[in-house]
Amino acid sequence: MAAAIELKGITKRFPGVIANDDVNLTVEKGEIHAICGENGAGKSTLMKILYGMQPADEGTMKVNGELVEFDSPTEAIDRGIGMVHQHFMLADNLTVLENVILGAEPMSSGGRINFASAHERLGKVATEYGLDVGLDELVETLEVGQRQRVEIIKVLYRGADILILDEPTAVLVPQEVEALFDNMRDLKASGATILFIDHKLDEVLEIADSITVLRQGRTVATMANDGVTATDLAELMVGSELPTPATSESTVTDVVALQVTDLTVVDDDHRPVIENINLMIRQGEIVGIAGVEGNGQGELVDAIIGTAQASHGSITLLGEDITHSSVRHRRESGVAYVPEDRHHEGLLLGSPLWENAALGHQTQAPYGNKWFINRAGARAQTEIIRERFDVRTPNIDVPAHALSGGNQQKLVIGRELTSNPSLLVAAHPTRGIDVGAQAAVWDQLRAARKAGLATLLVSADLDELIGLSDVLIVMLRGVFVARLEPDEVTPRDLGAYMTGAATQAPTDQEVG
Amino acid sequence: MRRVVMALAAPIGALLLTLIISSIALWAFGSNPFSAYSDMLGHASKLETQVDIWNRATPLYLSAVAAALGFRMNLFNIGVEGQYLIAALVAAQVGGLIDLPQALHIVVIFFVAMAVGALWAGLAGMLNVTRGVNVVISTIMLNYIAVSGFMAWWVQAWQADLRDGESLSATNLGTKPIPKSGVLPDITGFVEFFTGDIRENNPVSGMLVIAILVGVLYHVLLNRTTFGFDLRSSGINPFAARAGGVQPKRMIVIAMMLSGGIAGLVGLVEVFEIEKFRPNQIQGLGFAGIGVALLGRNHPVGMAGAALLFAFLDISSGILQSTQTASREIVTIMQGIVLLAAVVAYEIVRRVREREEARATAEALAEGVAA
Repeated sequence: MAAAIELKGITKRFPGVIANDDVNLTVEKGEIHAICGENGAGKSTLMKILYGMQPADEGTMKVNGELVEFDSPTEAIDRGIGMVHQHFMLADNLTVLENVILGAEPMSSGGRINFASAHERLGKVATEYGLDVGLDELVETLEVGQRQRVEIIKVLYRGADILILDEPTAVLVPQEVEALFDNMRDLKASGATILFIDHKLDEVLEIADSITVLRQGRTVATMANDGVTATDLAELMVGSELPTPATSESTVTDVVALQVTDLTVVDDDHRPVIENINLMIRQGEIVGIAGVEGNGQGELVDAIIGTAQASHGSITLLGEDITHSSVRHRRESGVAYVPEDRHHEGLLLGSPLWENAALGHQTQAPYGNKWFINRAGARAQTEIIRERFDVRTPNIDVPAHALSGGNQQKLVIGRELTSNPSLLVAAHPTRGIDVGAQAAVWDQLRAARKAGLATLLVSADLDELIGLSDVLIVMLRGVFVARLEPDEVTPRDLGAYMTGAATQAPTDQEVG
Repeated sequence: MRRVVMALAAPIGALLLTLIISSIALWAFGSNPFSAYSDMLGHASKLETQVDIWNRATPLYLSAVAAALGFRMNLFNIGVEGQYLIAALVAAQVGGLIDLPQALHIVVIFFVAMAVGALWAGLAGMLNVTRGVNVVISTIMLNYIAVSGFMAWWVQAWQADLRDGESLSATNLGTKPIPKSGVLPDITGFVEFFTGDIRENNPVSGMLVIAILVGVLYHVLLNRTTFGFDLRSSGINPFAARAGGVQPKRMIVIAMMLSGGIAGLVGLVEVFEIEKFRPNQIQGLGFAGIGVALLGRNHPVGMAGAALLFAFLDISSGILQSTQTASREIVTIMQGIVLLAAVVAYEIVRRVREREEARATAEALAEGVAA
């Protein structure tokens, strides 16, 4: 029998990045196949190629033994492939039935929608696969787990027997995960093939028949779920060799720059996104935060720079309590910030470089004061940044969007480091920039550390974390789960802590 | 040189496009486009028409600056209309009731007008930051409340007493006259110094000076002050601005109040001219101001040019009607076309410029590497 899906040699390049590099994947009919890998391992790109959202540059795809090439999701759907996205695409103000048939309405004569037949067919689909949901309920009244079921029914209704679930458990609470897994088993029993993305290893081991691990765009292993342990998987995800930390002398002093005590931040639904975080950074120290993305790193950063409010706990900068200070006050007190996404939070793309250099420091010399902008001072300072941080630009009046990503990032790093900061909060400081610019940024961060800067470094790049940090902290589900020494850490440990396959004794969580 | 060409390409292109389309429209309606244009230009060369144009451009400019201040922060204050009408009405009423030494009396009228405009616009800002109401929606709604609600009510309540046997008519409609001490002097005498005699009943509004002052302050505020930097940053990238220490909610309320405060000045041009508030002629400047701001690209000098163009077209509509060369409505069509043409032309120029900048940067860098 031909495999449900067979991908051979799939390669996809984006400018500067190879997202998929010679990926091979075989999914047998009627199995649940998990795809694991860290953020940026190429999982989503692969699924997009399979679902026809992006074309592959190289490689072949076979569905049920037939060679296919998809130009759009419609063609994938015609072949029986359906995708449930991580973010639901449902209209809140329509009923479940209306949402499901939207775009594929059964028509009766005279161009009216035949709701009766839709009702009947859907009822059948839902019972057949054991998906229990009220067809006439408004989607806005449904729980998250139920909404996901609606999404699954939607693809089944369109005739899919190969389902792609993109991180289906990311949005669910544990009971809902159990319900989803029951649904998946029922679907499998009815003959459906399921391909799902997940990086929670306990879940993968519970439900999957076979597992494929991706790392840096390559398939590193495909195996049957038979005697595999979470730690094995974690090691495969992280890689068997970790970079050796640059052997540089410790510059850590005993002056505490940042002290975070029992910090809790809640989301709009009052659920904690980070909980009881304790953290201390001394002058001359780089504290690296590792973890799979979306485990509270962003919220920790927001709370420290002041764009998120602490609901509990305190933040102290060089002895001054800044827990409830404005962002501006924190910036003026010496908090420097390199955001995760320079286009989103770091730059005014349409504005000249010198204005971008002033951003965040507009109330401070030499850029200006409380009332006025000092254009001459700001321009002179921008020239200094350009010189010292090797920002390649014809002049400082070109708009920021004219620069390459690496040069934009050098400008951002430069403006933050030249502002004489006492704490640098750097989130993914080398994401999406070329190798040369990356090395330059690392050198600057090391130099600043040597000069006594306290740095909080959040990164998904293990080279960066291990190469720069004095201490590594692993974050999972909003709490610190481990504190590791960069020169002793093994891939097995790091992967295990990051994915929750291992935990340190609770006494070790008091970090700092 | 190249920069100047690029800067002028869009407005000139837009103007040419407007002329072509308007000519087609005129021709289609059976008028001769050339005689219509020559009538318009011929009259505009007369001194008294020019005075009319300046007097019309003044409130248009103020209205445009009010709108532009919001636009620079991505706050679409569509409510300048309601803000200036209610501000002018209250200011005229207060001005008519009090009697103070001249300078003080005028200052009080200015203060009341700006305060009322600021409060009315600030209401929309507050609704946005506390309840998440979209500023476009709330300012439009507040227009109705201001014009059909308060203005309709207060105009009746504050109607000046009529003399015995006199009935209400277009000429005596309005608030109590403002005493001479509260009327901003015209600047005819000063202008005559350059132009020669201006007809007696055709004074140049003193608000022109205020409008120029507002334009200068607008420029300084946006480009030289920290507040202006914060405001522009918020407009370009609110997330980056927030990470840079700008408090978004506070900025929204302050920017709306500033916008409304400037809007409050718009109606004063006519209030000082007729020395009271009369509801019939004064309306529509708020919406026209949005068009002027759009055409002038929120730039202090650009908006001045746009205001003069719109004023010229407004005044021409009366001229066309009296000379019968074309229907006066053609002017409204022309104002619409010039706006559309400007949006298109500026977008084209923006794309060309962006591509050139990227290329110039790449070239400069390539040379740098070679050398």
